[in-house]
Amino acid sequence: MGKIVAVTGNEAVAEALRQINPDVCAAYPITPATDLMQRFASFISDGKVDTEMVLVESEHSAMSACIGASAAGGRVATATSSQGLALMWEMLFIAAGDRLPIVMPVVNRALSAPLNIHGDHSDSMGARDSGWIQLYSETAQEAYDNAVQAFRIAEHLDIRLPAMVCMDGFIVSHSIERVEYIEDADVKNFVGEYKQVNPLLDLDNPKSYGPLILTDRYHEYKRAQHEVMTKVKNVVLEVAADFEKMTGRKYGLFETYRLDDAEIAIVILNSAAGTTKDTIDEYRDKGIKAGLLKPRMFRPFPYEEIAEALKHLKAIAVLDRADSFGGYGPLFSEICGAVMSIDKKPAVINKIYGLGGRDYLPDQAEKVLDELTGIANTGKVNIIKEYIGVRE
Amino acid sequence: MKEPLWKRLPAGSVILEAGSAAKFKTGSWRSMRPKWIEENCIQCLFCWIYCPDMSVTVKDGKRGEFNFDYCKGCGICALECPGKKGNKAIVMEEEGK
Ligand code: SF4
Ligand code: SF4
Repeated sequence: MGKIVAVTGNEAVAEALRQINPDVCAAYPITPATDLMQRFASFISDGKVDTEMVLVESEHSAMSACIGASAAGGRVATATSSQGLALMWEMLFIAAGDRLPIVMPVVNRALSAPLNIHGDHSDSMGARDSGWIQLYSETAQEAYDNAVQAFRIAEHLDIRLPAMVCMDGFIVSHSIERVEYIEDADVKNFVGEYKQVNPLLDLDNPKSYGPLILTDRYHEYKRAQHEVMTKVKNVVLEVAADFEKMTGRKYGLFETYRLDDAEIAIVILNSAAGTTKDTIDEYRDKGIKAGLLKPRMFRPFPYEEIAEALKHLKAIAVLDRADSFGGYGPLFSEICGAVMSIDKKPAVINKIYGLGGRDYLPDQAEKVLDELTGIANTGKVNIIKEYIGVRE
Repeated sequence: MKEPLWKRLPAGSVILEAGSAAKFKTGSWRSMRPKWIEENCIQCLFCWIYCPDMSVTVKDGKRGEFNFDYCKGCGICALECPGKKGNKAIVMEEEGK
């Protein structure tokens, strides 16, 4: 068994990167991800890893350098948050389209304006269509475990896609928690040696990345990219099974909590799931059959499996820590997509909570569960999308 | 049965064959055609340097005819050509005339 430590989310993920020892890391500082890369940069300065660190002038350049290094043949990682991820945006699609398995912890933070450094999911939700795999983490432990697994998933020969590992800014990235580290040798063995399939530095077999492909084949390349995404699910489960053998910690496509016999449920991502579980326990004590579903893999989204897990419910509240202005919250839209296939559809409502790091408190979860109880009893939904935790 | 095209494409649109640009005959794009007037040519090879498509052939240090498989008719060579005593050694003519 590995060491048990008290560390922040950033510290834990930096430790995972140290254990994995990527070939290249190109990064630009941005709160709250700065601290993660700063810690990793110290490992480089202290000679604990032999990663080539490329200090660039922007996140756009950071992702560009990662793409170059990954195409060249290296195992590559970076990290970012918020505006940094937004600035990488056009390069994200290139990393995915070129099928480069770059791993990027995203320390979730709100987007400007107004300027705000605290946690919400607007940044990674804005990048959900970029072709990257997205894993979400409730705790520092999950962020660490997801980071280790992300390399195996991204680099899997059937996949070869970049992956983001998301955790909540400050709430997880800067809070000290109990984390169980895996032994260095076990991590090394788990992720294995990395071998790029088409490295640019293989000079005997010259090749080109990033050609112009117009109306005659672009559509087919996208068809192929869609196909790869359909294979990710099985790889994620396969890697999780190996991970469980090594650590005893179980991961799936999503986590359920007291959901099997539940009548009402909250669907929520990342750290707010913890608070919700506590509130659910209180409601269970009162005899109310409440449960929770917390997606781990948001891209690709496991529609069928989630539909199966939710199909017996009467009413569901999807809590989004991001808004699609003029639309429903991004997680809500996906849950509706999943629920569509259920014959006897549960009622689904959408709550937008916690933007810009606004605390998500038990009373918010209580109000949502009370509303769900009402909906389950009457079958009547008053309002589909609503902000909660808004100050008077 | 043959696999559909999208299954046969190399992952990530990587081009695995070196020098494959030679297969792309850009000459078909041409609507204007450069004409070389040899008596006005001073062999400065500006045309060879400036041509973006390597369509000016050179042999033994002297320029020869255009390679119309690749010449797009952009007119850069005609613009840059100093010619002799104010008379251009390259003029652009409408294709097909
Ligand atoms: S630029 Fe004009 S003068 Fe010079 S080599 Fe070409 S055709 Fe001859
Ligand atoms: S017209 Fe353009 S492409 Fe053709 S030879 Fe001249 S410079 Fe080259």
